[in-house]
Amino acid sequence: MKPPRFRYLRAGSVDGAVQALADNPDARILAGGQSLIAMMNLRLVRPACLIDINRVPDLGYIREEGDGVAIGALARHNEVKHSELVRARCPLLTEAYESIAHHTVRNRGTLGGNLCHADPSSETPAVMIAVGATLVLQSVGGTRAVGAEDFFLGTYETAARQDEMLVEIRLPGRGADGWAFAEISNRHGDFAIAVIATTLSLENGRCAAARVVASGVGEHAARLVPAEQALVGGPVDETRLDAAAAAAAGAVDPHSDSHADAAYRRDAVAALTRRTVRRAAERCG
Amino acid sequence: MERESISVTVNGRTYERAVEPRRLLSDFLRDDLRLTGTHVGCEHGVCGSCTVMMDGVTARSCLTFAVMADGAEIETIEGLGSADAMHPVQQAFWEKHGLQCGFCTPGMLMTAVELLKRNPDPSVDDIRDAISGNLCRCTGYQTIVDSIRHAAKLMREDGA
Repeated sequence: MKPPRFRYLRAGSVDGAVQALADNPDARILAGGQSLIAMMNLRLVRPACLIDINRVPDLGYIREEGDGVAIGALARHNEVKHSELVRARCPLLTEAYESIAHHTVRNRGTLGGNLCHADPSSETPAVMIAVGATLVLQSVGGTRAVGAEDFFLGTYETAARQDEMLVEIRLPGRGADGWAFAEISNRHGDFAIAVIATTLSLENGRCAAARVVASGVGEHAARLVPAEQALVGGPVDETRLDAAAAAAAGAVDPHSDSHADAAYRRDAVAALTRRTVRRAAERCG
Repeated sequence: MERESISVTVNGRTYERAVEPRRLLSDFLRDDLRLTGTHVGCEHGVCGSCTVMMDGVTARSCLTFAVMADGAEIETIEGLGSADAMHPVQQAFWEKHGLQCGFCTPGMLMTAVELLKRNPDPSVDDIRDAISGNLCRCTGYQTIVDSIRHAAKLMREDGA
């Protein structure tokens, strides 16, 4: 189908974009458009006004920020995927990109836009929560930083207010943590049936901290706290892997659709939890 | 109805037009410029038929508004080669039967051209990964992969 009519505004700066958001309460930001335009073509969304930020200069940066990485709102997926800085400091994100979309879509789509779209089966929200990323939102009133864990509120729903624009993604430094990403989808690059992103730390052979984050099996990406609790305090051995996998499966309430039923998704969560936790522990080395 | 004035260079020729903001780049190319070589399949970014080059990299023209291409350089299948002087990728698809109905072919060719630009000697896995966003409903993937491997060989020999 064809997209519905909308007013088109082109922003020349971040200040201009957030001013336009304030002036047009029915407006949305247009970045890469790889999800938004598809949904407009299907008439699933009908924004009355789009503010195009693609011409805003210097917004596609990927740069060091302390021990971590700061990524501008216009950094395209392929730029993040192939960034050596991201690979060195947030390899979980690099690994996840092996499962994210297709080359052509990654040429245009942005990490920031992907996060704001908040698709329930998207990979990047799970990674952001697993590494403890911070999202910087700007409005005419100023900026505020929101932890990734508090950003995703529901299907296509985030903590960003209508007048706020995501301007920067901050990834913390990696330290000595282990990490792993795994996904099941029908075809490579397709929407995920289930995703698990895991980070963990070992101290003297015992799991000191863990994050096990699921996507595709609920309204939004979320930590599976019971699985994390099953891991912390002891060695990552078969007993704890079994306990974590069972706890992860019990912590999700997945839906059924034409791709997979709820029982399959629950089994997938258990299998992916086991796989990622084992891998993450091996990588702690 | 508000229109935006845009200037888009397609296959080396610059076009000035006034378009509705909602005009998709795919429809702009096909209906406004009558360049119907770019095909529209699913119109929501899944099939890859509408793939064109935008400023040197592939883009889904159905997921791009024409206003976003203002000032951009677009290359479409019409700019790739002609029946008398085919691009090596076209030549390879011809020789290796890389198409049946031909609907997906413009997108496959543009995707293959981009792949061979960044990787002149791709493995079968590299090729399968590169065309994973392009659907062929004739199930002709095997000969498409053969064609792209053959194209890589032709282009390497050409460059040698």
